[in-house]
Amino acid sequence: MAFISSGYNPSKPMENRITDIGPRDFHDFLPPVIKKNFGKWAYHEILEPGVLMHKADSGDEVYTVRVGGCRLMSTEHIREITSIAEKHCDGYVRFTTRNNIEFMVDSKEKVAPLKKDLLSRREPGGGFKFPLGGTGACITNIVHTQGWIHCHTPATDASGTVKSTMDELFDEFTHMRLPAILRISMACCLNMCGAVHCSDLAILGIHRKPPMIDNEYIDNMCEIPLAVAACPVAAIRPSKTEVVVKGEKKTVKTVAIKNERCMFCGNCYTMCPSLPLADKEGDGIAIMVGGKISNRLCAPKFSKVVIAFIPNEPPRWPTLTKTIRKIVDAYSKNAHKYERLGSWAERIGWEKFFEICEIPFTEHIIDDFRDPAYYTWRQTTNFKWTNGVEEFANIKK
Amino acid sequence: MAKRETPLLDQLESGPWPSFVSDIKRAAESRHKNERNLEYQIPVDVCDDLLGVLELSYEEGVTHWKHGGIVGVFGYGGGVIGRYCDQPENFPGVAHFHTMRVNQPSGKYYTASYLNDLCDLWDFRGSGLTNMHGATGDIVFIGTTTEQLEEIFFELTHKFDQDLGGSGSNLRTPATCLGESRCEFACYDTQSLCTHLTHEYQDELHRPAFPYKFKFKFDGCPNGCVAAIARSDLSFLGTWRDDIRIDQEKVAAYIGGEIQANAGAFAGRDWGAFDIQKEVIDLCPSQCMSLEDGKLAIDTKNCTRCMHCINVMPQALKIGNDRGCSMLAGAKSPILDGAQMGSLLVPFIKVEDNYDAIQEIIENIWDWWMEEGKNRERLGELIKRQGFQKLLDSTGIKALPQHIQEPRSNPYILWKEEEVEGGWGRDINEFRKHHAR
Repeated sequence: MAFISSGYNPSKPMENRITDIGPRDFHDFLPPVIKKNFGKWAYHEILEPGVLMHKADSGDEVYTVRVGGCRLMSTEHIREITSIAEKHCDGYVRFTTRNNIEFMVDSKEKVAPLKKDLLSRREPGGGFKFPLGGTGACITNIVHTQGWIHCHTPATDASGTVKSTMDELFDEFTHMRLPAILRISMACCLNMCGAVHCSDLAILGIHRKPPMIDNEYIDNMCEIPLAVAACPVAAIRPSKTEVVVKGEKKTVKTVAIKNERCMFCGNCYTMCPSLPLADKEGDGIAIMVGGKISNRLCAPKFSKVVIAFIPNEPPRWPTLTKTIRKIVDAYSKNAHKYERLGSWAERIGWEKFFEICEIPFTEHIIDDFRDPAYYTWRQTTNFKWTNGVEEFANIKK
Repeated sequence: MAKRETPLLDQLESGPWPSFVSDIKRAAESRHKNERNLEYQIPVDVCDDLLGVLELSYEEGVTHWKHGGIVGVFGYGGGVIGRYCDQPENFPGVAHFHTMRVNQPSGKYYTASYLNDLCDLWDFRGSGLTNMHGATGDIVFIGTTTEQLEEIFFELTHKFDQDLGGSGSNLRTPATCLGESRCEFACYDTQSLCTHLTHEYQDELHRPAFPYKFKFKFDGCPNGCVAAIARSDLSFLGTWRDDIRIDQEKVAAYIGGEIQANAGAFAGRDWGAFDIQKEVIDLCPSQCMSLEDGKLAIDTKNCTRCMHCINVMPQALKIGNDRGCSMLAGAKSPILDGAQMGSLLVPFIKVEDNYDAIQEIIENIWDWWMEEGKNRERLGELIKRQGFQKLLDSTGIKALPQHIQEPRSNPYILWKEEEVEGGWGRDINEFRKHHAR
């Protein structure tokens, strides 16, 4: 493995350096039919799951074949995508915000051979390399984060939970039979790089054990004041402690943590590597539901926590996928046409949501974080009776 | 033959959905075969070791990646995220496994030749593993060593005319929907605005000078396909001011069932015949639609442009012609002080060739935030801490009823001295002349 220089000269880093040139101009990558009709599209139709037709004012048509993809993708897979693009689409392809791949052709006759080619490509385990779907009233691809494959703060894996969930919900990707679109997102810790906070259904990795303190190293590894300042609930304070280094007692600067205040956000660990909090038993998954981003019919909504904890069960997370299936089925069966999951839950009432989805309600679901918490409690006598609360006697702990 | 046994991960190779495990195995095999005769610049078994370390996490239920050290390319403070394995002796192929963010083209269209070029570079100098794309929108190269960072950057800029994206406390790589390139709902050219601002603010993107991250996202219409309203400190959502254009013949065709409603989006279930009264007029959130003698009418003054009717009947109803965008400020996910949606700051602004008015607003916001924002305080948190009025002050925007969902329900108004006649300076002795102690 001999080092091969690109031409970069480490002793003169500024020599011949090019910076601040930004991304490539997108116009260079537009298929001709797209370029020609830019800004002049009349309407679209979804011809079948995964196949869109956009009609331009000029009468031109572009047919888009949408397939699911893993966000984690090798160059081998990308080369396969580009070879398909070269064979069928004059060498053009695009990706969607939700990690789908779109192959575009400029006439209807080109759709069938493209579809056939895509669906014929299978993995050694039998799975589709390019499953067709993700359009209309369906569950499209899950946007997600890195998880155990590449991140330092995850509470679960991302690619594995997503693969398991999409296997379970595969038929909802390839059909358009839900009351509205149902967006699923996955984030492997509270940082939510995947921004799951406004999804119809969110899979969220959570920690449940406060950080351990690496007393011997913390003062060298971290800026203690930054670690203290990082805690949103002021549970961390500067402190001193005795440690034994090579048989010798010595007093070191460290932090002390009020564990009962910890909200397990991991922000301290982000600022200070000497405060790790990941743990096999402590970590797992919360499920949030009812968020949306679109302004259609009603304002965007945040997702709400409905299940506080599901243990990590790699490699297939069966409890997680079964629970999601149950929620999706209940929504599919009960919601009105056009009703997003959150709007359905609001119409029937959240107490009814828990009953219909057979989710046991626990005190963890009641908000207790600062001011907004109050606005989520019920300040009315309007509520519905659900299983278990018909009699006062039944509700005592 | 796989270098490592991965019995847990192997179970993710069955099922209909594409398997990332099968893909990484294929990449591992291809690296060993090396049919392109590459002089690999990082270990050949990087993919095998990655599967190995992931298998270990599947056994143990915790990650084996350490905090990123400070690595990057000269003169930039972002675009590279350092990553090290915490068991380098067992997994030497991924001991260093840094990420590079490569700024994607607006709308994520590509030519095969460009992607193949990137693959050649990344096979040669990196792991061959990517994210297409990362959550912010970048092409993400996952896994290379420190020595390769400058080499990759040099090749990207010199050979492919391509720069890195953002990370850290700077402007993050702006992202956009596909906009006017293939969508009839796009109210402005999202890709051009995104590209323009990305180029305009290269310094802010590459050199961290902000209190924390700052994101722009561009959605062509209120449907919001890139989630701008939920995810970006400053979001640009297309909208219009005039009438929704109505083609009455097409309306009749939808009512008659000649055109399939919703562009076919609900075709997988029998929902019965399309009922314009029930599915459109009665659901209209502002009740501004009516049907008389088969003619559809929309009271534009009462329309909030939610897109529902247009989504249902895209051939009959079209966005207006007087188009621009609304700008909303302060969205973020929950860390730390709870999630925030973007709050409406600019109800309407034209998005045309000259973006000066938009840039003035952006730069005024940045001036305020860089002056007042605390370390790791997002714009939304600063707005909450100092008040929406401060955001209006900093941008010179007049308070409008459109800025609020409802008026305040407490009377604790922070009057300013100059607003009150006679000011606040008073003479207690003068007061006491008429008011005994």
